[in-house]
Amino acid sequence: MRDIAIVSSAQLPSVREMGPSDESELVQPVVTKALEAAGLTMDDIGFVCSGSSDYLVGRPFSFVAAIDGLKCWPPIQESHVEMDGAWALYEAWVRLLHGDIDTALVFAFGKGSLGPIPDVMNIQNDPFYVQPLGLDSISSAALQAQALIAAKKATERDFAEVAVRSRRNAMSNPNAQIKGEFDPKAIMKNEPYIASPLRKSYCPPLSDGAVAVVLAAGDKARSLVKRPAFIRGIDHRIEPASLGARDLTVSVSTKLAAEKVGVSTGKVDVAELHAPFAHQEIILREALGLGDDVVVNPSGGAISANPIMAAGLIRFAEAAQRIHDGSASRAVAHATSGACLQHNMVAVLEGE
Amino acid sequence: MSERCAVIGIGQTKHSESRKDVSLAGLLREAAFRALADAGLESFQDIDAVVIGTAPDMFEGVMMPELFLADALGAVGKPIMRVHTAGSVGGSTAIVASSLIQTGIHERVLTLAFEKQSESNAMWALSPAIPFQPQLVAGAGGYFAPLIRAYIRRHDAHPDTGCVVAVKDREHGLLNPYAHLHLKQTLEEVKAAPVLWDPIRYSETCPSSDGAVAMVLASEKAAQGIKNPAWVRGTSVRTESTFRAHRDQINPQAGKDCAKHVYAQAGITNPYEEIDVAEIYVPFSWFEPMWLENLGFAEEGQGWRLTMDGKTRLGAEMPINPSGGVMCTNPIGASGMLRFAEAALQVRGMAGAHQVDGAKTALGHAYGGGSQFFAMWVVSSEKP
Amino acid sequence: MTERLSAPYRLHYAYTRSTGPVIGRFLDSLRDRVLEGIRAADGRVLFPPTEYDEQGRATTGEFVQLRPTGTVTSYTWVNEPRPTHPLDRPFAWALIKLDGADTAMVHAVDAGKEKAMKVGMRVRVRWAEKATGTIRDIVCFDPISPIIKTPVDLNYFVRPGEHQSQYLHALAEGRFIGGRCRVTGRVYVPPRGATPESGLPTEDEVIDLPDTGVLTTFTVVRIPFEGQKLTPPYVFGAIVLDGADVPIYHLVSGIPYEQIRMGMRVRAKWKPREEWGTTLENIEYFEPTGEPDAPFDSYAMHL
Repeated sequence: MRDIAIVSSAQLPSVREMGPSDESELVQPVVTKALEAAGLTMDDIGFVCSGSSDYLVGRPFSFVAAIDGLKCWPPIQESHVEMDGAWALYEAWVRLLHGDIDTALVFAFGKGSLGPIPDVMNIQNDPFYVQPLGLDSISSAALQAQALIAAKKATERDFAEVAVRSRRNAMSNPNAQIKGEFDPKAIMKNEPYIASPLRKSYCPPLSDGAVAVVLAAGDKARSLVKRPAFIRGIDHRIEPASLGARDLTVSVSTKLAAEKVGVSTGKVDVAELHAPFAHQEIILREALGLGDDVVVNPSGGAISANPIMAAGLIRFAEAAQRIHDGSASRAVAHATSGACLQHNMVAVLEGE
Repeated sequence: MSERCAVIGIGQTKHSESRKDVSLAGLLREAAFRALADAGLESFQDIDAVVIGTAPDMFEGVMMPELFLADALGAVGKPIMRVHTAGSVGGSTAIVASSLIQTGIHERVLTLAFEKQSESNAMWALSPAIPFQPQLVAGAGGYFAPLIRAYIRRHDAHPDTGCVVAVKDREHGLLNPYAHLHLKQTLEEVKAAPVLWDPIRYSETCPSSDGAVAMVLASEKAAQGIKNPAWVRGTSVRTESTFRAHRDQINPQAGKDCAKHVYAQAGITNPYEEIDVAEIYVPFSWFEPMWLENLGFAEEGQGWRLTMDGKTRLGAEMPINPSGGVMCTNPIGASGMLRFAEAALQVRGMAGAHQVDGAKTALGHAYGGGSQFFAMWVVSSEKP
Repeated sequence: MTERLSAPYRLHYAYTRSTGPVIGRFLDSLRDRVLEGIRAADGRVLFPPTEYDEQGRATTGEFVQLRPTGTVTSYTWVNEPRPTHPLDRPFAWALIKLDGADTAMVHAVDAGKEKAMKVGMRVRVRWAEKATGTIRDIVCFDPISPIIKTPVDLNYFVRPGEHQSQYLHALAEGRFIGGRCRVTGRVYVPPRGATPESGLPTEDEVIDLPDTGVLTTFTVVRIPFEGQKLTPPYVFGAIVLDGADVPIYHLVSGIPYEQIRMGMRVRAKWKPREEWGTTLENIEYFEPTGEPDAPFDSYAMHL
């Protein structure tokens, strides 16, 4: 298979609410910055793919408005997934394998400031049995966290530790939203449960943000940047929609995808895991077989900045960044979709 | 690296205004099982991955429906993707699926496109009332009617052209058991229909349908033993912005580029001569002559003559939409894939009463947005 | 002739009926909203249950619980119900075969109108609020819809972007503005976060544009829809303001719609100033200026 690499990326810093900015104004700056970082212009790009969801703004055709943030004259080869941008990256990776083009631009954007996000996410649920009950995304995640405690796989203290470590890591990430030194004991003492056993600190913030990633194949990648992050394997798998049909304390789809891409065939230096809720990191670590020596979410993760539909692709950008800067030789990037980690993507990135 | 990709299974639902007899999942499964059976498969077991496409989530009120539908489509434990490129989505979805075969990632991919328009209201789902955006016109017709007027003016087209297409496509639809509309209409009846968005008459618009379509795409290895597979000879997508200054909205460059790209892959230099049948996306009948020009079947300004001369009828030189096309069946998100699937049916010789005799090479075409998104494939009975 | 004699007479008696082992159990179960049929000697399920089948053979004594839903096999519509009828408004008498039963029962269907009745339609038991242990514990049957309503109701904000906001604020002052593409110099209305030709935002300095222009193409809207501003037929069209390179879309009026043509010179008809807000609706419609039409070639590139 052809070598495909992430050669550059750019993000808008995630914030609770951005100033006036429509889709094109979210996309234009990150795309421009990511292209510049790779020394490319839109005219050099062979394929464009984006990820977004109309329900974040409650209006159809968000992606059409986003394309207005691009130079698309002459006409471009372009596609879109109504999914997290990580799946747009997957489509672009597949497209590059054809061999007739060498570069691709992937972007994603999401605003959490315009709608009632936990309730919006309920619209993902089964429209007959669950959606009418109004199961919001925090409550479904809480069911999973409680299952983890009941199975004695984790304690609430573990959740607090994940949150505190993530937000400490976020201090060195200019794009992160929630960052700083926090005390696990204080969190457990002072914060009420939103839905037990989840307190606010174990949940992701509401974020506005955007990300763009540039992919290039083989020698083209090597000619563009010093240390491309080559995608050695990428795979994604889905699980049943019904929470009751799954063991919520494990992530079989992540495990399956990890086996397909060979996560365990070499030492993992760093992993960027798309775990919007603290307890999900614990589940994902186990599914991926990551030991204590692996640096997990040096960016602070989705619990520190969570622009929905972009947060998964941001994990790819962050993991690739560790390869670009030489701080890691082998990195794992992960993205998730759906309630309680229903759909998971895993990739192994390597430097040369 | 390019593996060959074959269409080995095709299935579609009976399309109608409201398929109240089936759930959303049931609608998809109706198409999926027909495609699996056509491919000689009894279950989802031998499918490696699923790619679905549909128009905005607001139509069915399920956000990111691949999550809810994973079980219904036998996707659990497999990769599943959901593509969304407006009206061209059915085409783009099939192209993503074919890429998964052509790049050697999978052996068999199930791809589906669907719309259950009856679960909401298309006018509402496409253009809900939004602050700061005055609602001055309703529906796609309001957007496209001025373009049709401009086409007629630019090329002095015969005013009956749209009606002639409507009569022809409805006649074709009578030959297609799955078509939503089964209407026998004379030219006089079509012309007498009320005008909705001048110059578009009611009879020159597509219906609003519930329906789904599915295809099983396979590698050369997995296609062994399959009778008459349709081979994918070329695929292409192109996008441009509706807002570009001095944009040609009648004959968009993105469509021309997309056609050129897909013909080059299939080795086609003269589409009129070398393509036996085309299924193209015609939601308003006047788009037939416009796309005939955009796709290179006619010189610019001459598309309406082909139609008026009867060249686009089944049995004539350049049959367009023998299935009855979008003018007879329009489950929006599925309409593009229906064009791709009908093109494949033709080169497989399995189109039944609407079969084009001896069809070897066919074009499937979809477009969306303000004539800004294009997806096309060329399929052939001959291996690339 | 002798007078014909006539006097009212009422036959009335409140019978006490013994129900026997089968009907008794059936009616008693109705109190618990449970429907039971009985298995006949030949395997069929009879509903309502009896001690014997229509051939006189004893039934088996095996009760079979049934769902409260069934299918109409035949019906008649009653426009004027009699006092003895189960419903006091127009309804259907129907033969209804419960799911899982092999025989049909007679009962009423509260369908509202005759058009709603169809052989093969699905119906469901409507239970009496207060059980009496009689067949009247089934008040009637209601049509079943295969459709359920699952409303989605979410509250969002709409916040226009920077360029759009600038445009809307200008409209609130009765002005049109545009933005120049940094690469081609073409003027976009409204200014944009990126132009398709450049991928860059339009120039920071916006351009004031007049409220006059050319109607390039249009449609006559004859279809009514919710929230419509004008009564059909009326004209909706693309207007390229003088000095702009892209059209805006608006209504065109002020003359009979049959006289509206491509290339017509138009001017905005603003609403009274006190009604202005940050919206294009400050303009009621565009109307002819009375100037000569623009030649086709002068606006052909906008089509």
